[in-house]
Amino acid sequence: MATSPTAPDALIHARGLTKRFDRLVAVDAIDFDVQRGEAFGFLGPNGAGKTSTMRMIGCVSSPSGGELRVLGLDPVLDGPRIRARLGVVPQADTLDMELRVDENLLTYARYFDIPRDVARARTQELLEFVQLKDRARDEVEPLSGGMKRRLTIARALVNDPGLLLLDEPTTGLDPQARHLVWDRLYRLKQRGVTIVLTTHYMDEAEQLCDRLVVMGQGEDRCLRVAAQPDRSLLDPRGARTPLSD
Amino acid sequence: MIAVLTRRRPLQLPAAGRAAHMVERNAVLYRREWTLIVSGFFEPLLYLLAIGYGVGGLVGSAVTLNGRPIAYAAFVAPAMMASSAMNGAIYETAFNFFYKLKYVKLYDAILATPLGVADVALGEVTWALIRGTLYALGFIVVMAALGLILSPWAILALPGAMLIGFTFAAIGTAASTFVRTWQDFDLVLIVMIPLFLFSATFYPITLYPGPLQIFVQLTPLYHGVDLLRSLTTGSIGPSILFDLLYLMVLSGAALLLAAARLERLLLK
Repeated sequence: MATSPTAPDALIHARGLTKRFDRLVAVDAIDFDVQRGEAFGFLGPNGAGKTSTMRMIGCVSSPSGGELRVLGLDPVLDGPRIRARLGVVPQADTLDMELRVDENLLTYARYFDIPRDVARARTQELLEFVQLKDRARDEVEPLSGGMKRRLTIARALVNDPGLLLLDEPTTGLDPQARHLVWDRLYRLKQRGVTIVLTTHYMDEAEQLCDRLVVMGQGEDRCLRVAAQPDRSLLDPRGARTPLSD
Repeated sequence: MIAVLTRRRPLQLPAAGRAAHMVERNAVLYRREWTLIVSGFFEPLLYLLAIGYGVGGLVGSAVTLNGRPIAYAAFVAPAMMASSAMNGAIYETAFNFFYKLKYVKLYDAILATPLGVADVALGEVTWALIRGTLYALGFIVVMAALGLILSPWAILALPGAMLIGFTFAAIGTAASTFVRTWQDFDLVLIVMIPLFLFSATFYPITLYPGPLQIFVQLTPLYHGVDLLRSLTTGSIGPSILFDLLYLMVLSGAALLLAAARLERLLLK
């Protein structure tokens, strides 16, 4: 995995990044940089523009305005090249329900043009990593929510990405399943994987993030980057606290 | 700001290598579910037996092509071949494609990889085409065994069936992007069943009154039937050039529409 924490260039660089859907402004001119090796969070309620931001970083949605560089490239022009080096855990698992657990990883690896023997070896490794080895030949549908989430995380790692995007990685999971996901993400961070995640849970941000942006909703959307996640940095008036968990 | 607003995502052309991985995904699935593929082969065969031989036994050689009497089964068989190319392509694209597009959101997951929308569309249409080609090949072998191939031109019926399959795969993909719920598929059937019944499939188009003949000639399956029937019976005329042109223009237009719609749905 990518391990050069000293590299000065930001993996993601955004200035005035904006996304509009017709008249709705989903992301309103935000600025941020994500450095190599850090865990960076977008914290905010539903509708704050977290997913839109992640989709723009993941090169599946074009910015309506502003500047965005991902891995030093332009997401609009270099989509396939950038996506080849990203791992994406979308909000909904979007697993391939017609394929079995191990086939989900194998075919996904093939989309990245990873040779079959390498894909097979990596599938075994990743199933072990997310503790699903004994479910390898099972159908996906009957898996629990936590297992599906872990499989989605494993899927995002098949191309050995240096940058991992997670959109609400633990929403809807029970506490035990959440902790298991956190533990795996923490290990990835230790290995030097740069992590960008969205969440509406303060405790998740505290557990995983080195820095975070707070995204608000409505006219007085706020945007702050905390050096360390800290509850005191959130809305001082307590008016828009999206963090009850 | 103005400069940014005018910057548009460039049209991304499909890459054969990337689209091949989409085909591979389907091959992984159907290697296990091969019975689904085999079952599709029998549908046109059952129609051929029931109508070609059953009804054909009643009508004898009442059908003539270019003034030449012809066995009814030999008249119906190429139409069944064209219909099965249509059915196979529509089932594969419209129904399966909708399931993957809107129900399990499979393409959202795939677009996070180097594959783009054009790769996905090309891969899925190619898969439908491979499947349809297998059916057409099987059907031609059966026709040959039953003595229903009357001309060496029939060798071109296989690529002809592939063109029909490609056209309907493109139409099915485009149509599925407009489908909102499973109930909307009733509309797909409302279009497919009359096409199957009235595209000069079971009797010559000359049985229709003039204006109706023109209307039928505007619909796509008619041209598929006319093309394959001309080839397997050897009644080659200038009409097949028009059939080819019609199918090629329609498939190209449908493919462009499908790609544009998918861009809008998946890359908002």
